[in-house]
Amino acid sequence: MTEFFQQLINGLSLGAIYALLALGYTMVYGILRFINFAHADVFMVGSFVGYYAARHIPAGTIWGGLIVLLVAMIACAVLGMAIERFAYRPLRGAPTLNVLITAIGMSLLLEYGVQLLFGSTPRNFPAVFPSSQVQLGDLTVSSNQLIVIGVAAVLLGGLQRIVFHTRLGAAMRAVSLNPRAAQLVGINLNTVIAFTFALGSALAGAGGVLYALNYPSIDPFMGVMPGLKAFVAAILGGIGNLPGAALGALILGGAETVVGGSAYSTYKDAIAFGLLIVIMLFRPAGLLGRFTAEKV
Amino acid sequence: MPRQHAALLASLVAAVAVTAFGGALNAYHLDVAMNVGIAIILAVSLNLVNGHTGQFSLGHAGFMAVGAYIASACTLRLGPALASASSPVLAQHSLFLGALLLGGLVAAVAGFLIGLPSLRLKGDYLALITLGFAEIIRVIFQNTPALGGAIGLNGMPPLTTFAWTYGWVALTVFTVSCLINSTYGRGFLAVRDNEIAASAAGLNPTRYKIVAFTLGAFFAGIAGGLFAHLKLAIDPRGFDFFRSVEIVVMVILGGMGNTLGVIVAATLLTLLPEVLRPVAEYRMVIYAALLIGLMLVRPQGLFNVRLGKSRI
Repeated sequence: MTEFFQQLINGLSLGAIYALLALGYTMVYGILRFINFAHADVFMVGSFVGYYAARHIPAGTIWGGLIVLLVAMIACAVLGMAIERFAYRPLRGAPTLNVLITAIGMSLLLEYGVQLLFGSTPRNFPAVFPSSQVQLGDLTVSSNQLIVIGVAAVLLGGLQRIVFHTRLGAAMRAVSLNPRAAQLVGINLNTVIAFTFALGSALAGAGGVLYALNYPSIDPFMGVMPGLKAFVAAILGGIGNLPGAALGALILGGAETVVGGSAYSTYKDAIAFGLLIVIMLFRPAGLLGRFTAEKV
Repeated sequence: MPRQHAALLASLVAAVAVTAFGGALNAYHLDVAMNVGIAIILAVSLNLVNGHTGQFSLGHAGFMAVGAYIASACTLRLGPALASASSPVLAQHSLFLGALLLGGLVAAVAGFLIGLPSLRLKGDYLALITLGFAEIIRVIFQNTPALGGAIGLNGMPPLTTFAWTYGWVALTVFTVSCLINSTYGRGFLAVRDNEIAASAAGLNPTRYKIVAFTLGAFFAGIAGGLFAHLKLAIDPRGFDFFRSVEIVVMVILGGMGNTLGVIVAATLLTLLPEVLRPVAEYRMVIYAALLIGLMLVRPQGLFNVRLGKSRI
């Protein structure tokens, strides 16, 4: 039983990071209908920004850690908006395939750009938060895991608040329902899309720092696998659906942790894709998504 | 003789002739030329799926991996037994042909099995599920000790020659272009242009998609076998997501559904890293920037003049 709860905590902290990433994918997909492959690299840039920000901030304090997190989030929000402005906006209305290729190009540009600037040797991420082992009954939980879960919960709550209780959030939902009709009622498409990218990228940046806290080795290609998996999580929950993305991420995090702890741990990376195939075949709209019939 | 058949015959003869008299060629140039040939096979076969049939597959590297592994396993297991044959060279090359065909066939079966369920999906979803399958194929190879596990296979005999490579290039281009220009093959274009109209006209879109997918997988498997016996060492990481992306990029830059354009794009994109070798650190950054720039400036592909045809 203890082991079950231990795995549950591990799965929850991994799932929380996937959730932060998955939300960015699902928001962009909901509005622009394309897979933003560069999102995973915004996540990676987030952890690099965190790495450099941590040098100027006293390590091992709660406030220092939060400042590092905030700096990474702001930097990633700016990066996300810049990517949208210069790479995706000129292609709005172009066939999805072209946007997809641009996104892949942007992803490669970020990966190899960072590699060029900082080298490809993995770096050790400093312990920006105070770290200790917490005993909860029989369970041993690292404080980093609790921080990951706590920060993710706060950010997800904040996102929920922004999307469902602000004017800009309402505009985002309107654009994702019907971009043309949203423009007709006076919504500025460019502002909404830029805001969506800023939000999603900020979450990815936070995810990058949190991921680096738990797996403290960062390199330019660290985002690829978590990125693909987070996208799978977004599909699992129903693409375009915010609670769905979080749910899918938690399921995926749990499943990976369970398999990782079993005898089949080398198949861990295949779990996400296996889940993807099953969900695609039996419920393409995702767990919480609504199925829409194609009109002829 | 129809034009395509004459072209096929001429290129086969040319390929054999270059190999026979190719001793004077620089080994480096020969190697690059064979890399170009393999890229052409991959791009043209993917073009059948992506360009002509309009099904966006991101898993071509998975089929290439299947072909590479099966063919290598064949030559590694059976090769030593043939060393004592009366004509070892002939025996080795017939074994190679058999291994390539077996690799291609197994890849085709994999393509069929994967295509059957996944081709119900469209667009991005199809891209993702093919990507998922390719990753799963990779993880399976990584966990099969008989196929070398994470280290992969090495020590394959260097059987890939210019003639083999360009023979298969000719055969691939011939098959794809004859198929597309046949009465039956017009169905692929119909499925791409409007699936609903195609099925209203009595065509079976699912069948066309599966035929395209299976045939594409077959040639990808062949290319994998050639690749394995050119590089002489393969490992699962060589067939990852990025390899699939590379092939897709060739198809898109060449102009979806434009066979000649795809051949030119595959050639250029394989030569590009060689040309950029002096600035090797910047190579991938330049590649990525070119990709974004081209999509912004020329979204229909480098060589497609027929606007609007590239839409899927």
